[in-house]
Amino acid sequence: MSRIVDRRLNGKNKSAVNRQKFIRRFRKQIKKAVTDAASQRSITDFDKGESVSIPNRDISEPFFHHGKGGKREQIYPGNKEFQTGDKIPRPQENTGKGQGKEASNEGEGVDDFIFELTREEFLQFFFEDLELPNLIKTKLTTITETKKVRAGHTSDGIPTNINVIRSLTGAMGRRMALRAPYRNRLKEAVDELNELLKQYEKTDQVIIDLQDEILRLENKIKNIPYIDTFDLRYNNFTDRPTPTTQAVMFCIMDVSGSMGQAEKDMAKRFFMLLYMFLTRNYEKIQVVFISHHTVANEVDEETFFYSRETGGTVVSSALKLVTEIIQDRFPTNDWNIYIAQASDGDNWQNDSTTCKHLLNEKIMPYVQYYAYIEITEDRHQNLWQEYLTLKNQWDNFDMQRIEHLNDIYPVFRKLFQKREHGN
Amino acid sequence: MTFILCLENFFRSVSMATKPISNTSEWTFDLIDQYHNEIERIAGNFNLDTYPVQLEIITAEQMLDAYASIGMPIGYTHWSFGKEFVRNQKRYQRGQMGLAYEIVINSDPCIAYLMEENSITMQALVIAHAAYGHNSFFKNNYLFTTWTSADSIIDYLLFAKNYVSQCESRYGTEQVELILDSCHALKNFGVDRYKRPAKLSLQEEQSRQKEREEYLQSQVNDLWRTIPTKDLDSNSDKPACFPSEPQENILYFIEKNAPLLEPWQRELVRIVRKIAQYFYPQRQTQVMNEGWATFWHYTILNQLYDEGLASDGFMVEFLQSHTNVVYQPEFDSPYFSGINPYALGFSMMSDLRRICEHPTDEDRKWFPEFAGSNWQATLDTAMRNFKDESFIGQYLSPKIIRDFKLFSILDDDKQKEIEVSAIHNDAGYQHIRETLSDQYNLGSLEPNIQVHNVDIRGDRSLTLRHTQYHRIPLDESANEVMKHAAHLWGFNVRLETVSPDGSIVHTFVCEQ
Repeated sequence: MSRIVDRRLNGKNKSAVNRQKFIRRFRKQIKKAVTDAASQRSITDFDKGESVSIPNRDISEPFFHHGKGGKREQIYPGNKEFQTGDKIPRPQENTGKGQGKEASNEGEGVDDFIFELTREEFLQFFFEDLELPNLIKTKLTTITETKKVRAGHTSDGIPTNINVIRSLTGAMGRRMALRAPYRNRLKEAVDELNELLKQYEKTDQVIIDLQDEILRLENKIKNIPYIDTFDLRYNNFTDRPTPTTQAVMFCIMDVSGSMGQAEKDMAKRFFMLLYMFLTRNYEKIQVVFISHHTVANEVDEETFFYSRETGGTVVSSALKLVTEIIQDRFPTNDWNIYIAQASDGDNWQNDSTTCKHLLNEKIMPYVQYYAYIEITEDRHQNLWQEYLTLKNQWDNFDMQRIEHLNDIYPVFRKLFQKREHGN
Repeated sequence: MTFILCLENFFRSVSMATKPISNTSEWTFDLIDQYHNEIERIAGNFNLDTYPVQLEIITAEQMLDAYASIGMPIGYTHWSFGKEFVRNQKRYQRGQMGLAYEIVINSDPCIAYLMEENSITMQALVIAHAAYGHNSFFKNNYLFTTWTSADSIIDYLLFAKNYVSQCESRYGTEQVELILDSCHALKNFGVDRYKRPAKLSLQEEQSRQKEREEYLQSQVNDLWRTIPTKDLDSNSDKPACFPSEPQENILYFIEKNAPLLEPWQRELVRIVRKIAQYFYPQRQTQVMNEGWATFWHYTILNQLYDEGLASDGFMVEFLQSHTNVVYQPEFDSPYFSGINPYALGFSMMSDLRRICEHPTDEDRKWFPEFAGSNWQATLDTAMRNFKDESFIGQYLSPKIIRDFKLFSILDDDKQKEIEVSAIHNDAGYQHIRETLSDQYNLGSLEPNIQVHNVDIRGDRSLTLRHTQYHRIPLDESANEVMKHAAHLWGFNVRLETVSPDGSIVHTFVCEQ
């Protein structure tokens, strides 16, 4: 007859597909809304969803229905003072509404259609048609990374890998097996001896022979070794290739006197964007902060963004530090390396060529991508000129200039926009 | 066996008469089962004829899902359902919208959803309202029995869902979406208003679908054959008119005759129009259906109380909710949004019972045929044989008109002012009854647009004809709909607006 079914454990996201379709359908509008929202948003709270609004007219579904005008008669409840034949001036709104049913729905609905994007969806749109240069290449190379995994046991190996339990159980089995024939014979001999003792004297030859045999058997049993080399079992390991997606991101910033708080702030925003972008592509990301004036230091995040130092600028000091850190801690076949450098472009005159050589020989061959942003409103400085030649030489080198806060996102997009893979 | 069951029910009602089923607001499966048994018994005593009931407990999220797919448990996927979902979700989270207490599916067995968050009182209310009220309406109202097949709708929806997803993988999501968008724009014009549609069945659909594809295509090819035949040439002094008579079902006409559609596209058109057809009766019986269900939950739960099975607390909660449901704001209230179908329907159903049980002289004058008769039989007849338009035309009593203080406003754009054409007095009853009845006539609510002509020997353009009703023009979104129509048809589509005297007042052409 009647049934009660508990459906609560059935999936609740039945509408997820339709929601996805909706988002895909209006991606152009949503993208625009996301871009607008992004420009108003502080970079630090980029890490959450966003409510997005789309003009209602864009998403309405048209159907044939009556418009305003013509002659229509409508019944209303709640008459108070009207008499038949009363003439009333036409009210401004609500005239010619077909059936009033929709009115309540449309109450709030006249303006835009607003809905929530999740954080993932937001970032998806935000970073859409951006990509990490050279990502494919590194993915292929990082496949060679291997991991040791257990693979049963072997009979030879190094002492540290001895599996004690396996080895001892093996030894015990061997001992029992080897002992068995002597034991049986020993038991028989002892029984026999007891029988014979009833008939013969202890000095009789039969007794002495039997006692000799018993002694021999007991010695044989005693001489079976407790553990033998072929009892030993070793834990076996084999190499299994595992793809790793890990990246290190170097943030290099000029903290010399010429960089003011405003410039640093812009640099910070740029680094944040890059960091979020990388987290979408790599499981594990390390960030290394290097600040420099005439000497370079690896610092923590707090110091990096907020300490102020003064002095001249020697960019190559930072680049040298980068090469050292890479050699020490980030073997290039395991790590995808991204470097972002922010500076006002001011550098000690002769140092710029040193930088160029350093980059050419020690850095560019090993990194996935090197982005340089120049934060200044003045004309280009000497570092820019030197870097220009690098840009022509290396595909994975790019540089842009940021003048205002508003430039950050466009510049970021320009640096990471999808490009044809020529080679 | 049935006898024993009845006896058991009888004893239970007697022995438990002093003890309410529950005293708290928490529900348990056991309590729901007990209330359901009692409600079932009472409904049976009132001779409600229903499909078997299946109650399903769902969460609020699942209710939102169900909303988005027009209440059906399955459906094909489309962005518009996603939009609906996103909209409801947002409004629900903001607290702008409470969820409906119930969704009930016109299927056999009749599936009624009970939401987890509701109290036991609300669950009982929903069971009485949906699982017995709506259920019996679905099973017996003439529109539903002739136009929908409760036993096969779920199967058909499953077929539709699978077919659409097959098309998506074979022809691409975008192509499918384009067709569905266009069909949705015309779905209100994809119903037969007079012809009885064929029964739906999953197996038949699947087996016949292939045949149908081939057959349909051959028919279409035949219609659009460009090789001139001899006898056609000899008759060609008078241009052939196709279709020979205007067609009201535009989607059907497109499915059968559009020159360029692929077979799978025709099948999609068919799916949209079949589902539109299934919902067509619901759109025509809103007042009656809700009125009937509300009347029965009120009657059944009161009976429950009279028998001592419902506590006072239960009744207070129920009555509060019931009162909200049947509240009719007046026209000048900020909450006014048209006539509340629950309020009007419930009042009319209750009024029918009153007219049967305690008729006044006025009732005897207005309703001589049933005043003072058996109320259950009268209500049953009304439920079975009417739709909103005819139900109001037949049964709206002067008392209801007075209770609601109904008045009618004539809004003619040729006049400077609007006019009160009738109020709730002797002179106005008849007029108000007719006007309100017309207000529920889909034929006058929706523009009358029909397929008029196809230029088969010329540019293959399709001409739709809009016959104006009281000079009411089409909304400007019609231009967008025309684009969809042209997309389906594949050639130019022309929309002519015709005044009642037959002259064409406006023509709109959508070039393909």
